[in-house]
Amino acid sequence: MIDWLLDDSPSSRLQANLGRAWHVFAALLRNPLAVVGGFIILVLIVMAIFAPLLAPYSPIGQDLANRLMPPSAAHWMGTDELGRDIYSRVVYGARITLMIVTMVAVIAAPIGLVVGAVSGYFGGWTDRVLMGVTDIFLSMPKLILALAFVAALGPGIENAIIAIAITAWPAYARIARAETITFRDAEFIAAVRLQGASSARVILRHVLPLCASSTIIRVTLDMAGIILTAAGLGFLGLGAQPPLPEWGAMISRGRNFILDQWWVATMPGFAIILVSLGFCFLGDGLRDVLDPKQGDKQ
Amino acid sequence: MSFEPSESATDAREGLLTSQLLGSATAVLRFCLVTVATFLGLLAITFFVGRVVPIDPVLAVVGDRASNEVYNAARQAMGLDRPLVIQFFSYVGDVFTGNLGMSISTGRPVAEDLARFFPATLEMATIGILIGVLLGVPMGVLAATRQGSWIDQLIRVLGLLGYSVPAFWLGLVGLAVFYAGLGWVAGPGRIDIFYDGIVEPVTGLYLIDSLVAGEWDIFWNALDHLMLPASILGFFSLAYIGRMTRSFMLDQLGHEYVTTARVKGVPERRVIWRHAFYPIRIQLITVIGLSYAALLEGSVMIETVFSWPGIGNYLTNALLNADMNAVLGATLVIGAVFILINKISDVLYRILDPRARK
Repeated sequence: MIDWLLDDSPSSRLQANLGRAWHVFAALLRNPLAVVGGFIILVLIVMAIFAPLLAPYSPIGQDLANRLMPPSAAHWMGTDELGRDIYSRVVYGARITLMIVTMVAVIAAPIGLVVGAVSGYFGGWTDRVLMGVTDIFLSMPKLILALAFVAALGPGIENAIIAIAITAWPAYARIARAETITFRDAEFIAAVRLQGASSARVILRHVLPLCASSTIIRVTLDMAGIILTAAGLGFLGLGAQPPLPEWGAMISRGRNFILDQWWVATMPGFAIILVSLGFCFLGDGLRDVLDPKQGDKQ
Repeated sequence: MSFEPSESATDAREGLLTSQLLGSATAVLRFCLVTVATFLGLLAITFFVGRVVPIDPVLAVVGDRASNEVYNAARQAMGLDRPLVIQFFSYVGDVFTGNLGMSISTGRPVAEDLARFFPATLEMATIGILIGVLLGVPMGVLAATRQGSWIDQLIRVLGLLGYSVPAFWLGLVGLAVFYAGLGWVAGPGRIDIFYDGIVEPVTGLYLIDSLVAGEWDIFWNALDHLMLPASILGFFSLAYIGRMTRSFMLDQLGHEYVTTARVKGVPERRVIWRHAFYPIRIQLITVIGLSYAALLEGSVMIETVFSWPGIGNYLTNALLNADMNAVLGATLVIGAVFILINKISDVLYRILDPRARK
């Protein structure tokens, strides 16, 4: 199997791609921080998928007799003001966090990639206009911009995702443009164009795939910021609405009890920190493997 | 043979100077254009958010309990029957004449509110950036010169935590530990209630106002309240500035001129601070500017946690009351200051760095 993956002369495109993926994976495994980061993300995904199996209690089931109980064997992270088990809520919260980061990446990365690739490929006025808009968005404070958009759209998890995506795409546009410019005049692009390929085809089939690896690195590194922004919106009551067990909103509810029942607000915070760290580690590792030049600079 | 430059050489030199001047003139013009475009972009975004995104902007401004007459009057006053472009230009005109509309939650003009709340934010963010610079830069330099030492590890860990700890959570934990637990600092708010309103507001910065009035009690009380939120902001800027200083210094220390200086027998302290640190101070200006701007933004969360009467608190209160004029006004001010700080650090960079001057 591994021999087939490492074959120097792959007989199909699939084999070549899998072989390259295997190289990246093997290099990541040699990077201890990346392994730790990958493990944390894996735990997050497992938690999200198997939440009903891992959580001993219902995330929204109230038990007023046991409200504000400190951490114990029965309630590992204690209970909140409605007697809900905080550990179970943190586990279910993994679903919301994972959904938010995935949705933001799925919306923002393609927009940024296309804007950047079109800008870099055509150059001239197209480039100036598109990059002008990108730079204006880049020079805005992200959190404030997201707050304003949520204020206009109305609170809620979908609107929070849209607002964060609106502030996230310009960074990917910059990256895609920089990459595109380096090989815009390369011979393989000219060859495809001479064969009669349309600009759309050149960009979609030949330019975008080459921008993918640097965008993946950047998206992974941005995940921590996206999680923090989403949690901030939840904390302000503008993101996920109760009784959804979103980590930021949970911290916000624990605010009133912070002086006496510290666990209500602190526990979800640890989850946020751990997952953000995981994405940072994995992103750093990916950068070292996929883009060694960049790694030296940091 | 004379050492006077020949006529043609003088001419060439003058030509070069003129072209350089012309070049820098176009660069300045270009920079101004970009800056103006950025501010217009900010206005376009707030306009878009205020007038286009809400399904009914009139309702967003007057609130859903307004009577029919109020609704129609507001619709007329907002000129929503006119084309969008005209609406945008009248909006820009309004903003430049300082008319940001009325806030429905405070009942005062938004511009007046913002002027009253801004000094509190400025005071906190400034103390925060001072903490970040005064601790972050020396720590970053030490971390780079002693790779692998405890301070190097500390800067790495702090750098990572700066990326992954939610500011509002750290604020809450700080309150629980240092206010409720240890009693080292004063609680939420800017000043104790019985000190409130004694000092005549001159600058709106309590630390300066109380010093001007010679009220030491009030000064210490204000500092007591300021210490924790400013330290938490300072932590985030320390994390960023320390990490960047470390990587800039590592880059410089790897250059051959540093080795040359060491081989010449220049004392290590002088190699570090005079030879290696000197060139990175220009890069640091950009980093500090970015960090200061980020602190203004981060203060939104911290102010909410500490009930700090600044722009961030004003913004979040307005958000919860669906007070759209106030939200957009605060967004505009924070955005404008953010852009301004970035542009200033950009200008400083261009002036100070001989390579960027070309």
